[in-house]
Amino acid sequence: MNVGRILALISRHLFLYRRSFPRLLEIFYWPLLDLVVWGFITVYLAQEGKELHGAVVFFLGALIFWDILFRAQQGITISFLEEIWSRNLMNLFASPLTAGEFLAAMMAMSIFKVAAVSIIMAFAALFFYSYNVFIMGLTLIPFIMNLIASGWLIGILTTSVIMRFGQQAEVLAWGLVFLFQPISCVFYPLSVLPGWLQPLAMANPAAHVFEGMREVLLNQAVPWSHLWWAMGLNGLYLLIMIAIYQYTFAACKDRGMLVRVGE
Amino acid sequence: MSAPIVRVQNLTKQFGNFTAVDHVSFEIQPGETVGLLGPNGAGKTTTFQMLLGVITPTHGTIEMLGFDLLHHREEILRQVNFSSTYISMPYALTVEENLRVIGRLYGVSGIDRRIDDVIKKLEMEDMRHKIARKLSSGQMTRLTLAKAVLTEPKILFLDEPTASLDPDIAHKVKGFLKEYRATSGLSMLYTSHNMREIEEMSDRIVFLQRGKVIAEGTAQEVIAQYGEDDLEQVFLKIARER
Repeated sequence: MNVGRILALISRHLFLYRRSFPRLLEIFYWPLLDLVVWGFITVYLAQEGKELHGAVVFFLGALIFWDILFRAQQGITISFLEEIWSRNLMNLFASPLTAGEFLAAMMAMSIFKVAAVSIIMAFAALFFYSYNVFIMGLTLIPFIMNLIASGWLIGILTTSVIMRFGQQAEVLAWGLVFLFQPISCVFYPLSVLPGWLQPLAMANPAAHVFEGMREVLLNQAVPWSHLWWAMGLNGLYLLIMIAIYQYTFAACKDRGMLVRVGE
Repeated sequence: MSAPIVRVQNLTKQFGNFTAVDHVSFEIQPGETVGLLGPNGAGKTTTFQMLLGVITPTHGTIEMLGFDLLHHREEILRQVNFSSTYISMPYALTVEENLRVIGRLYGVSGIDRRIDDVIKKLEMEDMRHKIARKLSSGQMTRLTLAKAVLTEPKILFLDEPTASLDPDIAHKVKGFLKEYRATSGLSMLYTSHNMREIEEMSDRIVFLQRGKVIAEGTAQEVIAQYGEDDLEQVFLKIARER
């Protein structure tokens, strides 16, 4: 793993974002819009029934957390799509850059996007709804790390599918992550799911993060079991996804599809 | 004779039942320029892409700089670069930003000085801060060429480097490449559909048809082998025999 080459690729994307207002807007536009809409809904619910007093805390927290996962996924997939759109894959993979370094750079870009979105959303939530995301204290850190890892899983999977099936699979960059939303239990507890779906949700690391978040807010206790499950599952799935990505990369090179993925 | 800087042996690529490159073997000596010729679909691009490590060969070996590409990809590709009329650079970055990224990717030291040097030599001062999207096709070709020589490669693969250039700039680019080759000892594999250019730029020619090498030698040797007056006549004869 050559750090210089990873930094080179990161600089390529930062050059891009520095100059492209639409790309910067894309990072902030939807999260802020989500925050405004869901924020007002939860304020309304809280006003209607006192028993929903905690709704603002739950919904806004869940929303910010879901956006962390979503942006982590997008950080990987959109970075890959940028190379397809600019037909730059040949320039990159005919250089000493390895598939692993390429993935590492995309992961770094996703952290950049997550950091940007999280800071903006946290401040917007504080400003508009007096909601302080930091009420969770230091437990916030492992939760966020797990959400980023969960986003990476879907991002790597999406990237592998686009690499294999070409630009026709591009729509997955925005859509695939939402397939996991119902079993991530973002806005409702896992117990709400039908019995047959609950084991599937339990196998989803994101569901453990959101369950854990609710536990922190309700009981002020650190939900270690959920955290360990999330970490274990993320670690396992990350290994599997990286293996799938490397396999797909090698298969695309074998079939001559790597440099034709945008055609 | 010194050891070849590029040695291709029995290189074969099959896509399903279709054989794009069929047991191709050739060598490039240090400082030598070899012209890779052939009609459309002859296997030139696939050969290029295998040499650049973006397509995995079905059979055969590629050795460059004394290493096997399969096992020493990074060491080799650090010292190899390419320029193709058909591959552009990221449109949203300026010329300088594109070169800076490439320089970092290949670990070029003294990147600022090197960028200045290449921009000056290729007469690109006026487009240094221009977004690549706004470049003409000829300017984009010069950018891809600048990207290729920025890293001071030992081996350069050039796929129709003058295809979209006006005669004046094409003449300057060829002059630049000749001078660069003379001062750096660079080895090149060169494709073009301009036979006069191939004769001018290449020491030897490898002629491909239907994925196979059908002729190899100096331009004069290949012309004599086919009993024609010039390389263009040889090309037409081979292309129409298909």
